[in-house]
Amino acid sequence: MGLSKDQIAQRIAQELRNGWYVNLGIGIPTLVANHIPQGINVEFQSENGILGMGPFPFEGEEDADLINAGKQTITAMPGASFFSSELSFAMIRGQHVQLTVLGAMEVSDSGDIANWKIPGRMVKGMGGAMDLVASAENIIVAMQHTNRAGESKLLPECSLPLTGVQCVKKIVTDLAVLEVHPERGFILLERAPGVTVNEIQSKTAGRLVVEGDVPEMQL
Amino acid sequence: MSTTNYISKVVPDATAALEGLEDNMTVMFGGFGLCGIPENSITAIREKGTTGITCISNNAGVDDFGLGLLLHTRQIKKMIASYVGENDEFERQMLSGELEVELIPQGTLAERCRAAGAGVPAFYTPAGYGTEVAEGKEVRVFNGKPHILEHAFDAPFAFVKAWKGDKAGNLIFKGTARNFNPMMAMAGKITVAEVEELVEVGELDPNSIHIPGIFVQRIFQGVGYEKRIEQRTVRAKSE
Repeated sequence: MGLSKDQIAQRIAQELRNGWYVNLGIGIPTLVANHIPQGINVEFQSENGILGMGPFPFEGEEDADLINAGKQTITAMPGASFFSSELSFAMIRGQHVQLTVLGAMEVSDSGDIANWKIPGRMVKGMGGAMDLVASAENIIVAMQHTNRAGESKLLPECSLPLTGVQCVKKIVTDLAVLEVHPERGFILLERAPGVTVNEIQSKTAGRLVVEGDVPEMQL
Repeated sequence: MSTTNYISKVVPDATAALEGLEDNMTVMFGGFGLCGIPENSITAIREKGTTGITCISNNAGVDDFGLGLLLHTRQIKKMIASYVGENDEFERQMLSGELEVELIPQGTLAERCRAAGAGVPAFYTPAGYGTEVAEGKEVRVFNGKPHILEHAFDAPFAFVKAWKGDKAGNLIFKGTARNFNPMMAMAGKITVAEVEELVEVGELDPNSIHIPGIFVQRIFQGVGYEKRIEQRTVRAKSE
């Protein structure tokens, strides 16, 4: 039994540090905002032009002029600010945003990521993902360990068109927390409750480094 | 002094604002998703029937709104965007080869607009290095990190939408409807701004202007804004 999407978000939220500006991608990353640990103050940036993004509005209070990068209606927290796309990406490329959390279709054991295109099948575009992964100091990928066909998404090399090279630092899946070391590969840090190292090994196609006893995640 | 002390940019309506727009031009459209899009200008271009348009816009609208309206009438020849999901007609035209598509990173899109308006012909960015976006582009290493050379856009027309504007073309945006509008206003050789509220000069606080009128060639009072919401997400009152 692996983690639910919400539990993956909960585990990623433990990585948040006081005073960080954080960009959350669409999907599981968005859920991270629901699990900010006590005593931690962070501000969420959405690349379409807001810092200090708040929760969804109450029904009837939606504002067409207030959305996030997933085009969802949102609210602005006290202290929030609005800005242009150019300034938004200045924050991102200029490394003023400390953490980026995003989803992926594939990650390689040297930290390459693919998440924007399946040739001949799906081409939605990279949006801001290429800018984010090229510049963020900390990049955490939130994803399922395997795809719908049961194949590993943690690979020796990505087979899909890349979004960025050697950029992913950490991965949280339904089965494990892994650090990505560009030379050594995926370093297994934690197991999901009840999940064995063998299961993780069997579902990881790229190089997996297991050192000593691997602890269970604390959620 | 009996003359006014400002340069008026006012045109009567969207139709008048299109003067000089011809087939096969490159045109910028502000907006992110359906937020902050120039609704009136898009409708007027549809009515004018201008074809062969190369669109520079972050997104391509949805099937029946935004730039989706110009896709349906086949007025768009090429789309330069960062994200084009949520549009079936777009996908159909792209896969059948009727529509040319160039996808570029969102930050690069924004900066290529800003550069165009700021007189910077090209710049280096790390975004897209090592991906297909970098194919054929010059790579240069700064501080140990590879960057690719990207060029400023060249757009004869830009259509933007603001919340408030005055007759001198000064603009103020609201919320996240600002997005690509300011740098596209800077980039367009002829920038057309449509506003929800057109006021007299002097009514806007100069401290609060987001885009000075120097970047705006034509401004008009927009009408009938639909401001459609793409993903209506709410929470229950009890939370």
